[in-house]
Amino acid sequence: MIAAWPSPAGEEYALSFDRGRAHRVLVLPAWFDESNKLRRFTCEVMRRLDGAGIDSFLPDLPGCNESQARLEEQSLASWRTEAAEASAYFAATHLLALRAAATIAPDELAGWRYAPLAGTSQLRALLRARVISSREAGRDENRDALLAEGRARGLELGGYRLGAAMIADLESAELAPAPRQRDIAQGDLGGAGLWLRAEPDHDPRQADALAAIIAMDLLA
Amino acid sequence: MHRHAAATDIDAMLRQVLRDVLGLSAERVADFTPETGLFGHLPELDSMAVAGLLTEVEDRIGIVIEDDEVDGEMLESYGALLAFVQAKRG
Repeated sequence: MIAAWPSPAGEEYALSFDRGRAHRVLVLPAWFDESNKLRRFTCEVMRRLDGAGIDSFLPDLPGCNESQARLEEQSLASWRTEAAEASAYFAATHLLALRAAATIAPDELAGWRYAPLAGTSQLRALLRARVISSREAGRDENRDALLAEGRARGLELGGYRLGAAMIADLESAELAPAPRQRDIAQGDLGGAGLWLRAEPDHDPRQADALAAIIAMDLLA
Repeated sequence: MHRHAAATDIDAMLRQVLRDVLGLSAERVADFTPETGLFGHLPELDSMAVAGLLTEVEDRIGIVIEDDEVDGEMLESYGALLAFVQAKRG
């Protein structure tokens, strides 16, 4: 179900499977285009965790999905704060960070990072897509000039208007080691990552595999 | 481990990446010819999907593709993309 919660950025929604059970997993969604591609996969993993007796919570990041906050005003710091506050509000015992969300995952929570992606790699992919679409439209743009503009005034990438702070943050966002979190590679699930798909798609076997890894770790 | 990938391996790898991006069956992708149109011909293959495709190719065969090497011609057909990747691979 959908829960509203008082986040630092104002009231936000979260998809929630809350039956007051001992294991409560905060799920941090993939970002931007990847969040659309992985939305169903993410929800299907949560459904399977619910079936296995594990609560989970998927908050919208400020400026994304149903959020009323302006994406342009967000930074990695505001997203990190949101993740930490959501963890406290939902009394999370564990964390599942998908893709670039590993960049904002609270260190103190034990859990899993699925196919983690550094913020800088996410930015690189967004810039590449922008350069390709500009070239196709006959505009000659390049990454360095776009980055300079982005650092000064923000930038629209893949339909998302990112502010200057977010661009600068992403540029230097490497993946930090997370001793309490276990990395799950795409290869552990079998098949190719669904974020690669040109159109959103679903693969129940991948959702089964990720939920099984988490349930085995928690319930073993 | 990909250091000495032969041309046929690169062909197979590229078909696999296209399968993963387009969600096509092995049979459909096996039917791709050098003339099969890609970017601009397949509506679902937008710039974001192409960017993901190129990044995946980089990761799987260990090359770096600079943005200024990417143009409409190289992405237009399966044959052009394959030739580009094979040339990069050396």
